[in-house]
Amino acid sequence: MVQWTAEEKQLIAGVWGRLRVEECGAEALARLLIVYPWTQRFFSDFGNLSSPTAIIGNPKVRAHGKKVLTSFGEAVKNLDSIKNTFSQLSELHCDKLHVDPENFRLLGDILVIVLATHLTKDFTPACQATWQKLVGVVAHALARKYH
Amino acid sequence: MVLSAADKANVKATFGKIGGQAEEYGADALERMFITYPQTKTYFPHFDLGKGSAQVKGHGKKVAAALVEAANNIDDIAGALSKLSDLHAQKLRVDPVNFKLLGQCFLVVVATRNPSLLTPEVHASLDKFLCAVGTVLTAKYR
Repeated sequence: MVQWTAEEKQLIAGVWGRLRVEECGAEALARLLIVYPWTQRFFSDFGNLSSPTAIIGNPKVRAHGKKVLTSFGEAVKNLDSIKNTFSQLSELHCDKLHVDPENFRLLGDILVIVLATHLTKDFTPACQATWQKLVGVVAHALARKYH
Repeated sequence: MVLSAADKANVKATFGKIGGQAEEYGADALERMFITYPQTKTYFPHFDLGKGSAQVKGHGKKVAAALVEAANNIDDIAGALSKLSDLHAQKLRVDPVNFKLLGQCFLVVVATRNPSLLTPEVHASLDKFLCAVGTVLTAKYR
C-alpha cells in the first residue's frame, strides 16, 4: 500500500483546496489533446478539435475535463485506498473505453504542469514531488484491473 | 516528430524571454528532478545534492546553455549538440528515460516562473523541442 507522510498529505490537501476543479480539469484535458494530439483518438465524437483554440473552447472538452478532475478528487479524499477507489473505473477504461494506460501518465504530467502555472512559486519542489507521486499512484490504480 | 515553423518560433521566443535567467531555470529544473525522481541522483554520486548546492547550480548552467544552444540552432539540433551527443553515448550513458523526466521538470520551472509564457501552444512546442533534444543526446547510444 502507498504510504503518505503527514507533509505529503498536507501538500495534497492544501493544493486541492485552492483548485478550481472545473477550470483546471478543462485546462488539463485541453492541454492533453493539444500537446499529445494522438490522444484525440478517444474523442472522435467531441466535435471540433481542429486547433488549440477550438479545443480550448470546446464545451465537451470542458465538461469532460471537469468530470475527470472531479473523479481524481476521489483519490485526494481516499489517499489510503486509492486502488479500491478506482477499481471499477479501471475496469471501465479497459473493457469499455479501451484506453492505453500510458495516457493516464500523460494526463498526470499535464496536470502537474497546470498546477504549476496556477500556483507558481507556491508549487515548490516538495509540492511537485508529492503531486507527481499522486498522479503516478492514480495512473497505476487505473491500470491495475487491465487484462 | 518534426518541429514546425510555429514550434521553432515558439521555442526561440520562449528562450528569448527567459534570457539571462536560463541558468537559474536549469538549476531549478535539476533540483526538482532530484527531489521528484530520486533515481536520477544515481548519476551524480560525486555531487553534493543538498539545497543550494554550488555543483547543482553549476551543472544547471551547463544544461541551460545546451538548451539555449539547441534553440539558437533549432534547424540543426543534431549538429549543434553533436559533441554532447558523443559525450552522453560514450561516457555518461544516462538512460534515455531520464531525459523525459528532466524535460518535465524544465516545463514545470517555466510554468512556475513564467506561467503566462506557457500557453497550450507553447507548451506543446517546448515539449516537442525537449523531446528532440533528448533524442539527439541518445541518438548515438547504439
